[in-house]
Amino acid sequence: MKLDLDPEYEAFRAAIAETLAKNARLAPTSEDKGYKNAKRIAWQKLLIRHGLAARTIPKAYGGYGAEPDILKARIIAEEFARSRLPGPMAGQGISMFVPTLLELGTEEQKQAYIRPTIEGEMIWCQGYSEPGAGSDLAALRTSAVEDGDDYVINGSKIWTSTAKQADMIFCLVRTDPAAKKHEGITYITFPMTTPGIEVRPLVDMTGTANFNEVFFTDVRVPKSGVIFAPNKGWQVANATLTHERGMLGDPNATKARFLELVTLMKSESVNGERLIDNALLRDRLMKLQSEVYAMQANGLRITTTRLKGEQAGLAGLIVKLNGCDLNHEIARLAIDALGELGILYEEGEHLRADGSWQWRYMYDLGLIIGGGTAQIQKNIIAERGLDMPREPKLAKA
Amino acid sequence: MEFALSEDQRLLQDSLKGVLAGAASLDQIRKIAVGDAAAIGALETALDDFGLAALMVPEDDGGLGLGALDAVIVQEQLGYHIAPSRFLATAVAAKVFRTTGSEYLAALASGEMRIGLALTELFSRRDGAGLEAVKDKLAGKALLALSADGATHLLAADTKGRVHLVAAPATRTAMQTIDRTRTFHEVAFAGEKGALSISPLPEQIAFARLLVAADTLGAAQAMIDKAVAYAAERQQFGRVIGSFQAVKHMCAEMAAKLEPGRALIWHAGHALDTGDTEGPVMANLAKSYMAEAGTFIARTATEVHGGMGFTDLVGLHYWFKRIGVNRQLFGSPEQARETAARLQGFAA
Ligand SMILES: Cc1cc2nc3c(=O)[nH]c(=O)nc-3n(C[C@H](O)[C@H](O)[C@H](O)COP(=O)(O)OP(=O)(O)OC[C@H]3O[C@@H](n4cnc5c(N)ncnc54)[C@H](O)[C@@H]3O)c2cc1C
Repeated sequence: MKLDLDPEYEAFRAAIAETLAKNARLAPTSEDKGYKNAKRIAWQKLLIRHGLAARTIPKAYGGYGAEPDILKARIIAEEFARSRLPGPMAGQGISMFVPTLLELGTEEQKQAYIRPTIEGEMIWCQGYSEPGAGSDLAALRTSAVEDGDDYVINGSKIWTSTAKQADMIFCLVRTDPAAKKHEGITYITFPMTTPGIEVRPLVDMTGTANFNEVFFTDVRVPKSGVIFAPNKGWQVANATLTHERGMLGDPNATKARFLELVTLMKSESVNGERLIDNALLRDRLMKLQSEVYAMQANGLRITTTRLKGEQAGLAGLIVKLNGCDLNHEIARLAIDALGELGILYEEGEHLRADGSWQWRYMYDLGLIIGGGTAQIQKNIIAERGLDMPREPKLAKA
Repeated sequence: MEFALSEDQRLLQDSLKGVLAGAASLDQIRKIAVGDAAAIGALETALDDFGLAALMVPEDDGGLGLGALDAVIVQEQLGYHIAPSRFLATAVAAKVFRTTGSEYLAALASGEMRIGLALTELFSRRDGAGLEAVKDKLAGKALLALSADGATHLLAADTKGRVHLVAAPATRTAMQTIDRTRTFHEVAFAGEKGALSISPLPEQIAFARLLVAADTLGAAQAMIDKAVAYAAERQQFGRVIGSFQAVKHMCAEMAAKLEPGRALIWHAGHALDTGDTEGPVMANLAKSYMAEAGTFIARTATEVHGGMGFTDLVGLHYWFKRIGVNRQLFGSPEQARETAARLQGFAA
């Protein structure tokens, strides 16, 4: 065990901190909302120029082109958390699709999609789940039938986040209905403007439409949109899912929220007492901090195994389960600490932080479900992490 | 000994259920949540006709002469159907008036006096809220007053911990919470004169908290029912999800948390009726118990529904939010526990 970083890395940390401080005034604020917001895109491009976003993406595709260095990546994430400046853009295009493409895409596909995606100019959505295929994703039925150089797609997707805003979709379709469940699936990309696509927003418990139903009626898309190979979509999808689960449990994002909670508890008072001075609330805060620290340490452990080129094992498998739960619990304490005012949700004199703690409490519950439910995560931990026997499979392909 | 609801109480429960199934169906609740006056009026009329206002008023004053346990059963049904109702405020007022004398009871029973509760500041004061009483005249603002909409009178707490019966001031501002089934208001007082001023008794506060616990009990029961029904229908991997142990265990854990809560609430209601000195302790513990159980059940029932639970499609979130608001009403679970400790002399 040796925890201090080599001088090279300490110098790197100092340089990052300086860059962030120098450019802080250019950072978008909570006023700069929405996709394709000019200020957010400018910030993202600035971050890429300084190697703080899209760091390891080759220059040829619009990235910064650094060698992968997990320690540096971690230092950057920590510095963002510390500075409380908005970090690099994330989302399904940047965090899930781009890594998949880098792994499995053709040169042409990489040239076409990576630069606009990482710069925030091209928004993607993930068309996996269907009404009958959630946890059992491989049961998906949306069909794609070959016709010359094209596929013709029919069917529907559900829970598709950002489909309304997306320019492009990466989508799982069934191309070989005769094959076994996992073997007839293809991973394909196409523009959301293709004729025959209808997007119907689905309002969720937060009161906004964060996701959608997407209907395909004779949607004709070129075969060139296939990633990797036809009928190999399950492997491609799994590559993407790994990236999704990493994104959903990111301990640095959790830490940033925890720090916001600390700020809240220091600045708010009830009955003339600062919340942080209330022993019961402070105890709960410290309990959460122990979990935040533990997940951060767990992250360091994962970093080391990756540096050595090893699998992270259990340490990796638990990240989505624990991280999403912790985010939900942090929001819960914020609401409890605000007490009666914590239940407010709309514009008004007494509303705190735009109602964002309530929003997070609900949305984070959504993320406990999305990207593989907590129960499915536990199955994976038991079966892959602890080598326990698999559930008997009753389903027939 | 018989620890069970009486025949009359079960009848009360069933007949109220019948009324609510229509006037507070999910379709109606969706309308109420966006302020549809017709839907709000229809439910109000249905509950008035049922006689909720008179429930706890003694028979001599024109009421039904029922007690805390009966009120708890009613509130549970209201929670089950996430129905907005003035009942909670009315029941608390009836309990107060039964101690102070019968002057207002007849008006309460007839619906002439419609009560709202401005009690938040008894438990927590923020943003400069809190009423000052000078010679029975009230000034200041109260936050998150319950059922202030359409109220003729409020029971309003001042900063010294006294509660005043006062004509409802004209000025109020809606405070929109996550729970759109009920309305909450900020109420500004400008010298309104209190008609009655009391130091609330432990059993009166405890009763208000018990009713909130009962509301959560009902709402949580509804969420469990929905989760169990969904688990029996939804298929994944070629079988109903209810056949996965993970899903069964989630449902079983919810039931295991809820059932003792129901018994505790009944017991507390009964104890308040008989004047058992343990009544207020139990009622405070019930508030705490259901706040915690409710939080767990609201989350778990949502998880059983998968993505569907997170959407508006099945409307599950209305129950989730009702439970979330109840957790904070009339004091946090920690405060309810602290009250219970004090009542037993465990704390000064
Ligand atoms: C906020 C949010 C965003 C999302 N975004 C997207 C998106 O952009 N694109 C996309 O394609 N999808 C998206 N999803 C869908 C998400 O991936 C699914 O909701 C999730 O995989 C669960 O599927 P389901 O909703 O059909 O639930 P179901 O699979 O029906 O699950 C219902 C319940 O059964 C349990 N269960 C199911 N199978 C088993 C089993 N074998 N063992 C034990 N328990 C089991 C589940 O854990 C759950 O409790 C999103 C979901 C949410 C909530």
